[in-house]
Amino acid sequence: MVQATASAARGIAKRSRSFGLSRKIGRYALNGVAGLAMAYILTPLFFVTWLAFFAQEIPSFPPEGYSLKWFAAIPGNDRFISGFILSLEVGVSATLIGLAVGVPAALCLTRMKFTGREWLNSLLLLPLVVPGVVLGIAIYVFHVETEIRTGIPVLGSLGGLVAGHVLVVIPWCVRLVTASLAGFDRTIEEAAQSLGADRWTTFRRVTLPSILPGIVAASLFGFVSSFGNLEMSLFLVGPGRTTLPIAILQYLEWKIDPTIAAVSVLQILLIAAAMLVTDRFVRISRVV
Amino acid sequence: MARLQLHHVTKRYGDFHAVRDVTLDVPDGEFLVLLGPSGCGKTTTLRIIAGFVEATSGNVLLGGRDVTTLPPWKRNAGLVFQNYALFPHLTVAENVAFGLEMRKVGKADIGPRVAEALRLVRLGHLGERLPRQLSGGQQQRVALARALVFKPDVLLLDEPLSNLDAKLRQEVRIEIRRLTQQLGLTTIMVTHDQEEALTMADRLVVMSDGSVRQLGTQRDLYERPADRFVAGFVGRSTFLEGAVETPGTFRTDGGLEIRCQDGSSAGPASLALRPERISLGVQPLSGMDNQINGVVDFVSYLGANIDVHVSLPSSERVLVQIPNREDGPALKRGDKVHVGWAASTGTLFAGDARGTESSP
Repeated sequence: MVQATASAARGIAKRSRSFGLSRKIGRYALNGVAGLAMAYILTPLFFVTWLAFFAQEIPSFPPEGYSLKWFAAIPGNDRFISGFILSLEVGVSATLIGLAVGVPAALCLTRMKFTGREWLNSLLLLPLVVPGVVLGIAIYVFHVETEIRTGIPVLGSLGGLVAGHVLVVIPWCVRLVTASLAGFDRTIEEAAQSLGADRWTTFRRVTLPSILPGIVAASLFGFVSSFGNLEMSLFLVGPGRTTLPIAILQYLEWKIDPTIAAVSVLQILLIAAAMLVTDRFVRISRVV
Repeated sequence: MARLQLHHVTKRYGDFHAVRDVTLDVPDGEFLVLLGPSGCGKTTTLRIIAGFVEATSGNVLLGGRDVTTLPPWKRNAGLVFQNYALFPHLTVAENVAFGLEMRKVGKADIGPRVAEALRLVRLGHLGERLPRQLSGGQQQRVALARALVFKPDVLLLDEPLSNLDAKLRQEVRIEIRRLTQQLGLTTIMVTHDQEEALTMADRLVVMSDGSVRQLGTQRDLYERPADRFVAGFVGRSTFLEGAVETPGTFRTDGGLEIRCQDGSSAGPASLALRPERISLGVQPLSGMDNQINGVVDFVSYLGANIDVHVSLPSSERVLVQIPNREDGPALKRGDKVHVGWAASTGTLFAGDARGTESSP
């Protein structure tokens, strides 16, 4: 009897030990997979950054030495500078227009019930799934036709380029602002109105601050996807007008020296800085 | 602070009447409670007063001014919500200041008035906190301060206590009543909690299916319920179904003959009996207009009181509530007892109610 109890106790101890072990294995496996995914994402960034400091012109391993000359060369390259400025201009304008369209659209999608709501939601998210090249060609053909029919010079114009980029920004705005509106308690809007705030004041003082993290995240992601867009821009830029990604591509056709890597490193730093700064004001992790 | 009047207010959604011809006159400084089960139209009525729901017909007057078509922000009504609805991104003091800012009160005046309002709800020291750093009870008091600070014409409370735990509910209940009395505020509160309604109200409105069933003081509703619904909803009642045979005599469906008052017109009726007005004894009772023997069916021990369900010979049952006395009988299922009550105890409601809901 005593023996039986003892062996049963041993059995329980063994089982709980093996249970603990399998939990441990599970945790290691999870961390391992997460680590692999991180490595997969970070490896190219790591090599690009490393490459930017190589001394030799043709990248090869091991490096023959290290230098900052490729960074020093950037300011002297007009194409990169003007490309950077154009990308910045287009990115900022497209983001602002995208917000002006996306925020009201998100409000409408989350708060109003109407037929075709799902359909409209999908339509607004569509540019995310349509390949950039397809989007570029479609808009290009549209611009050509528009110019032929109306005589308005849209083809290759700055306006045409921005309009294309707005399309890329809108899905981010709609998606992220919708997400931040989903958890929004509308009784606080009623509270504001009962306290004397009209509809616009209520939006400005209560709704907007509550969905601000979503809006900031939307601007950031929208801007980044516009800033880095190459495929669509290729079809929409006019003569003498190049965005930074196009400038990089054109440079690559003739040279493969680490200047490109240096430019990329600056771009990575810029975007990382933007994310960090924004995250200090609004927790992006809350909405994304 | 002002008088609030509703004239024949109706709200229809398609064929559904959410509020049916409600007329109320609430004098300046009165605490009126709208009481009823969920879906009875009490919240819709409150939202019509606040301006969030537009009445299909009828008028709302606040301080003699017709506000029926005014938007909420022009009504000067202080509103407290069930879920507090504080602005999460503003501090407690900023929350309270909101109504004053909207009214373009000068910056120099806002500070002292906010401090005063927070002092009233005894949260003067928490002005710089964010709402999420406060407990539920504190948040509700901030909501109250926010609704009071701009001196509203009427204070509207939408189930203000239902998110609080039982003990806190008692405290905030007293707090709200103390404040409204101190400030002489006209107040409308919506609740489904009978006890809350009875302890706080000057007068109560019992609503059901969008209509006002009865308006009166606690005593009016309890002693003279206007209809069967009120008798069942306010306090507890046992309903015996049957018919008035001759004036003063009621015969139950089971065949019991009961002496009662007001049985002027013969015909089908229900007799409502309050559990605490029925006497119960192991020995035959004396001096009762009605005396029936029965058998204990079920006993609920509630502490201060004991509920005894008694089966009558007619197989009808009555609920008797007896005070828990040291020398009281220790009753158990199957015990033979005598129940009795005066003719004036029962309330008769004419009409056939068989097959409709009965009270607990």
